[in-house]
Amino acid sequence: MSVASTALTSPLRGEEKRWRLAEWQLALPLTLAFSALFLAPLLLLVATSFFNDDKITQPGFASWTKFFGDPFNYKVIFDTLLLGLKTVCATVVIGYPLALVFMDLSPRLQKVLLFVIIMPMLLSVVVRTFAWIVVLGREGVINQGLMWLGVISEPLRLLQTELGLVISLTQIEMPLMLLPLISVMSRLDPNLRDASAALGASRWRTLFTVIVPLSMPGLVAGCLLVFASSTTAFISQTVIGGVRLIYLPLVIWQQSLVVYNWPLAAVASLSLVVSVLSIIAALSYLGRRSSRHLQG
Amino acid sequence: MQALAPASPQVAPAGRTLDVDDLTVRYGAAVAVDGVSLAIEPGEVVALLGPSGCGKTTLLRVIAGFVRQAGGRVLVDGAGIDHLPANQRNVGIVFQNYALFPHMTVSENVAYGLRARGQRGTDVGQRVERMLDMVKLGAFRERLPRQLSGGQQQRVALARALAVEPQILLLDEPFAALDRNLRLDMQIEVKRLQRQLGLTTILVTHDQDEAMSVADRIAVMNRGRVEQFDTPVAIYDRPQTLFVNGFIGTTNLLPGKVTGIVGDTATVAIDAGAALRLPAVPGLGAGSLVILSVRPEQLVLSPVATADSWPIEPGLSLPLGSQLVHEARTVDGAALKIVEPRRRAASEAQRRFCALAPDARPSLFPRSTSSATE
Ligand SMILES: Nc1ncnc2c1ncn2[C@@H]1O[C@H](COP(=O)(O)OP(=O)(O)O)[C@@H](O)[C@H]1O
Ligand SMILES: [Mg+2]
Repeated sequence: MSVASTALTSPLRGEEKRWRLAEWQLALPLTLAFSALFLAPLLLLVATSFFNDDKITQPGFASWTKFFGDPFNYKVIFDTLLLGLKTVCATVVIGYPLALVFMDLSPRLQKVLLFVIIMPMLLSVVVRTFAWIVVLGREGVINQGLMWLGVISEPLRLLQTELGLVISLTQIEMPLMLLPLISVMSRLDPNLRDASAALGASRWRTLFTVIVPLSMPGLVAGCLLVFASSTTAFISQTVIGGVRLIYLPLVIWQQSLVVYNWPLAAVASLSLVVSVLSIIAALSYLGRRSSRHLQG
Repeated sequence: MQALAPASPQVAPAGRTLDVDDLTVRYGAAVAVDGVSLAIEPGEVVALLGPSGCGKTTLLRVIAGFVRQAGGRVLVDGAGIDHLPANQRNVGIVFQNYALFPHMTVSENVAYGLRARGQRGTDVGQRVERMLDMVKLGAFRERLPRQLSGGQQQRVALARALAVEPQILLLDEPFAALDRNLRLDMQIEVKRLQRQLGLTTILVTHDQDEAMSVADRIAVMNRGRVEQFDTPVAIYDRPQTLFVNGFIGTTNLLPGKVTGIVGDTATVAIDAGAALRLPAVPGLGAGSLVILSVRPEQLVLSPVATADSWPIEPGLSLPLGSQLVHEARTVDGAALKIVEPRRRAASEAQRRFCALAPDARPSLFPRSTSSATE
């Protein structure tokens, strides 16, 4: 009996084992690439941060104590995260209604709008950022327009302010909010909206009890992408924010390429990575909790 | 089963009349519903029957208020509802895919309409319990829709639609996704609930058996138009158009020509080789080219020629339940199906001639003159 059953199952088991080996081998190139391109630099960064001098000769904790001994750096971390949160809020406030409108368009118009959304991503961030300088400047489109309308008499100061930076980051990061939102929303059953209306619900009720909860995965994904991207947007932050607004990426750049204090740059980089990742982890935890019912 | 009576809502709402008056719906240039009129009695179940794409769903969506018509009106109890948005029409609808809210439990789904109407507290809970008992899903109240089978999801959709005591119930192919046995159970169930509540109901289906068994009257639709609106028996026995005739049940089509009319009786010479005397049809005078439609069970077989029979070439015989279906071919090449009880089945040698059964009521339709040989 047992002999027969082993005889029957053993070839199967052998096959299974071969398959498992093959799968493991298939994952090998990715694992190696990942280690070489991501893990190794990160470890290098960690190692560099534990040196005291800019020649990287004396191991120690001096760079860490120096960075975190300076209250100014706390403010920079705080400002960086706040910039991310403000950009996320702005992209949600503008992007979510836009995604709702998108769902109501005819397939033809949807294609056009999708192209308009994706097009900025085909342009370099540098180009888009310099375009915003033209728009936000003293003689820029916004100021000229507002003055022509008589809303203001003096040009507003938008360049080198956080407001101007958030405005331009909102436009620059918008595709990262819209694409996940639209992809989740277009998979919603359109009958759900009708079912809700037939049961007597108003449009607002349908929005908040049906559409928002069901589009949560897309909203969370969009928030994570925008947050990660705007907190690390070195070019936009420095070109539009200028030297008056200081965020972590600028500190890293100064320490590594101006002052050549690589250990301190490493500490600043790690602070950026850890603080951004912890906010992202918190956001995605909340997102997963609120959309637990949607996954299998 | 025995707990049904107490579980029913205490006040059965009086049924409403539903009138659809010359309704037309366009999608761009395409006409999806073309001048449809239906007068539906209180508490009546009407089946919209027709092939896919004939405008059944569109008609329902107009009544529910999801789609605006290009012309015509919808009236409930004689009052137009066209100006009302969908959320003020109080029309219950069950979608083909049920459209349950996937993030809400069964009881939250059923409570949704009550909450949307501003009801709160224990009233809602009690009503939900009653509805779930009614569809026998009390034990599943905390489940999510995806944890239910198709039949259970459908019952939740029904309970959700009925919980708000709609004036009209619309069912869009509600049984299409269910397997055969479950479908029959659910048809009985829906019919029972509908009776109990006295709800005026429209059932969309492309399944003629379903329409026949559930509906009081059937509206047969084709290309956005209603071809016939009548009781199932009348539609089966007296189809008014060739389309209805072909869509309901199986039929044999025999081309022929009216050769003479005496009083109420027309003599029709069919191309298969017989002269048949049939009740005359207004508009089909002597010389008209016609198509004679006969149901398979209205034909009989015989081994020898009789006065009104025509010769056939016997083909296959297939058992179908308690019956036997014979295939045959006439001399002019038309395919015939003849149904007999299995006990009386004729052997192949006995299947030489075919005639109308004594009680047969065949239908005569005009034949388009483009195929005329004269
Ligand atoms: N939203 C729509 N836009 C354009 N055409 C549509 C739309 N919905 C339905 N149609 C068209 O209207 C016709 C009727 O559709 P429908 O009412 O869904 O038919 P049925 O329910 O009888 O299968 C079809 O030809 C279909 O292609
Ligand atoms: Mg349909």
